[in-house]
Amino acid sequence: MKRSYLGEFEEIVLLTVAVMEGQAYGVALTHEIIEQTGRSVRLNQIHAALQRLEDKGMVKSEMGEPTAERGGRRKRLFTVTAYGRRTLQEIQDVRVNLWTRMPDPFNPAISL
Amino acid sequence: MTPPRLADSLLRFFCASHKLEEVQGDLQEEFAWQVERIGERRARWRYWWDVLGFLKPRFVCRPKPIYSIPTTTMFRNYLKIAFRTLVKNKGYSFINIGGLAVGMTVSMLIGLWIYDELSVNKSFQHYDRIAQVMRNRTVNGEVGTRPGMPIPMEQSLKTTYGSNFKHVVIGWWTSLHTITLSDQVFSKSGKFMTPEAPEMLSLTMRQGSRAGLTEPASILLSESLAKALFGNVNPLHKTLTIDNSMTVNVTGVYEDMPAGSSFADVQFIAPWDLYTASTDWINEAKDDWTNTSFEIFVELAPSVSVADASASVRNLLVGKTNVDPAQKPEVLLYPMSRWHLYSDWKNGLNEGGRIQFVWLFGIIGLFVLLLACINFMNLSTARSVNRAKEVGIRKAIGSRRQELVVQFFGESLLVVALAYGVAIVLIFLVMPLFNQVADKQMTVPFLNPLFWAIGLGFALLTGLIAGSYPALYLSSFRPIAVLKGAIQVGKGIATPRRVLVVFQFAVSITLIMGTLIVYRQIQFAKNRPIGYSRDGLISLPLNVPHYEQNRETVRNELIRSGAVLDVGESASPLTEVRSTNGGFNWAGKDPTLQINFGTVGISHEFGKTVGWTFRQGRDFSRKLASDSLGIVLNESAVAFIGMKDILGKTITWNGNGFNVSFHVIGVIQDMVMDSPYEPAKPSVFFIGPKPGKFLTMRLNPARSPQAALATIGEVLKEHLPDAPFNYTFVDDEYDQKFRSEERIGTLASIFAALAIFISCLGIFGLASFMAEQRTKEIGVRKVLGASVLNLWSLLSKDFVALVLIALGIAAPIAYYMLNKWLQAYTYHTTIAWWVFALTGVGTLVITLLTVSFQSIKAALVNPVKSLRSE
Repeated sequence: MKRSYLGEFEEIVLLTVAVMEGQAYGVALTHEIIEQTGRSVRLNQIHAALQRLEDKGMVKSEMGEPTAERGGRRKRLFTVTAYGRRTLQEIQDVRVNLWTRMPDPFNPAISL
Repeated sequence: MTPPRLADSLLRFFCASHKLEEVQGDLQEEFAWQVERIGERRARWRYWWDVLGFLKPRFVCRPKPIYSIPTTTMFRNYLKIAFRTLVKNKGYSFINIGGLAVGMTVSMLIGLWIYDELSVNKSFQHYDRIAQVMRNRTVNGEVGTRPGMPIPMEQSLKTTYGSNFKHVVIGWWTSLHTITLSDQVFSKSGKFMTPEAPEMLSLTMRQGSRAGLTEPASILLSESLAKALFGNVNPLHKTLTIDNSMTVNVTGVYEDMPAGSSFADVQFIAPWDLYTASTDWINEAKDDWTNTSFEIFVELAPSVSVADASASVRNLLVGKTNVDPAQKPEVLLYPMSRWHLYSDWKNGLNEGGRIQFVWLFGIIGLFVLLLACINFMNLSTARSVNRAKEVGIRKAIGSRRQELVVQFFGESLLVVALAYGVAIVLIFLVMPLFNQVADKQMTVPFLNPLFWAIGLGFALLTGLIAGSYPALYLSSFRPIAVLKGAIQVGKGIATPRRVLVVFQFAVSITLIMGTLIVYRQIQFAKNRPIGYSRDGLISLPLNVPHYEQNRETVRNELIRSGAVLDVGESASPLTEVRSTNGGFNWAGKDPTLQINFGTVGISHEFGKTVGWTFRQGRDFSRKLASDSLGIVLNESAVAFIGMKDILGKTITWNGNGFNVSFHVIGVIQDMVMDSPYEPAKPSVFFIGPKPGKFLTMRLNPARSPQAALATIGEVLKEHLPDAPFNYTFVDDEYDQKFRSEERIGTLASIFAALAIFISCLGIFGLASFMAEQRTKEIGVRKVLGASVLNLWSLLSKDFVALVLIALGIAAPIAYYMLNKWLQAYTYHTTIAWWVFALTGVGTLVITLLTVSFQSIKAALVNPVKSLRSE
């Protein structure tokens, strides 16, 4: 396991960035994650996670266009780097691998 | 619809600039969205909550620089540039480093002096618990505080108030005694004290033990005295004779008490009981509460504070036999920690003293250092023009401001470090001289890490203060403007520079005025009519019991030898009044008047010998037997008594073993016997029963003093073989009274001279810089026909104006402070107008000389040269 460690929250943020395909920035990500996971996430947590991910090299960012609702300020748009994608893929692989090796997967309580 | 403004500015204040835009944008977008969703009021709350979420280190911190500052390469470059700048401008460097070094030396010396002053007496182990017993009494409405105590007080302190004290020690003042070792005679100062004294003073014993005073016939010697008496022979159990009457055994040798401490001149300690047993009048005073001729020290018990102990013994003297209740006697304790620096008493309260000098010198030291720093700053601001281009280029090729700040601070620290090195060497060199002037035995504490720590801290601080201008101002230039020449560098800073120059000169001028006035005051007191003639007067303390039988022979032989004109005897030396007494009465005296006259027992010839000046009446005469009950008063006493025709009037004296009626035979001009700054004490001179404690002789002016002294020595040796010929010139004794003031005066004048020197260094540098700046202007003016004189006045008048302003500021301040200082002396000089004139003219002359050198040099340059360049 040579890849750098990715926290669970970071993983979710990274996945969401990947899902949003170039339209990911602070507020949008927050709303998306709240919607998808039902967690109560705060803006500063997202920003912090994005910064950490950028430090780790899993996302890269560039400034987007200014919009009126932002008081004319630009947004920082994030995209997943190749390294980020590979890391997500590896996590997914490890999980799938483990799931397939489970002798008695949790069966649904009620079989139809 | 805007989010809360306050929250926004909070965010702007905290948030790292490179993050601000996105964070603010996100917050605002969120706010707009929330307004839609939950309404404006709740959205505002939410905005606040979100902003608070961002006040975390992650968002507050600035990004790390891409490379660290300074890199070693850059650092080497800075160092190289700094050295090149120093070498290129040798004059400036010399002024900068020299001025700073002198300033640092002075302030470090002063620092060491203050440290030394503050640590006096602290070497005694129990210094914070030792105190001297003092006493207040109110005489004619004035509270006087004296250290003299009666003998029975010792027992009273021990029995009635014993719980307060660990030790109570009574003793006799440190004084000169004759010490005889077989046939050698020495005159040494020492104390007679009770046996607890060595314990109280925590003497470090070299031989014997601190219990060495329990036997009555014992003596403890200081190490240096033991060395002087016995050389390398073991002094223990050797026999000595004190004052030719007390035979004692050496029971111990103690390490000399520290120089400068209150007990520094205690070369031996002998038992109190021995002294009382061999001295009749002390023996008689054993139960006498009114004979306050002795000193008492106490060491407090560990848990008792000085204030508490002092309060509990306060009324000790109230109701004691013969103690006058009208004098409201009060006993108090004077802690050792205050002895040295707070020796002045005013209205029964301890205040002031040497501490004033400590403050004064501390302030002078700070100012001198400040003056040196100001030079540094002024020169670097003036010369900033020359560095502006460098700054521009450095910035243009990629230096950032921080790096420039580091560079310039580094440069000033380098200069300060060099100055510090020079200062350390200077201190080492001038220390012996300083010790001589200040009467100290200080050494440079090279091994004390604290000294280095403080010194380096000082240097660092100086460097930071002095370097702040170039570092912060120069580094702020915009490169394009500088390189284009659009910025007039140093223009805005000219006014602060002038202010600083004015400040420098105001300080220097105040110091010089102060020094002049101090000297004037000393001279004034010195030249005061002293009431006798000091020429060729010598004083000789005698401590030989059989002198009385020989007094006639000694006197006759001395006069016959031709060495002296006359010999007089007295109970106090001429330069002191050692005994004061009440108990005088006369017809028509106001019964409430309280009297404390100085009383001096003398021989018939004393007045003739010292050269009294008679206002009324006549001197004592041996031919009139009735003169043995005659008295001579001084003018102050007559004024105090307030009688018109006092000659022949009767004055009775009841007290201190006397109960006699005197008649006044003469009135003399006041003699200055105590402090030359105080009015003379009302004093009574009478024919003493045994006045022969001090011989005063007037040398025959026809002989050389050396020859006369040699003859006197021979005569005394013949008739009083056990008396050491330990004479002093009255002149010297009198001068001794001014020693402390003169010492302060000398030190202050040295510092004042250095202050003006440093200030002049500063304007010398400024003047040369300005001349350099205006080279072209001078050239043009010369071509157009300006004379050297024109140019000289052009360049000098700015500085003259500054000095005049400084004079205008300094004069009233100096006048106010000096006037206050002088008022503390009863006999004081006035602040003459010429002091101000002299200082003003002197400063102007010095300034003009300093500036002229540069301005004339500039004015003489051939304009062809100065105009040719570019």
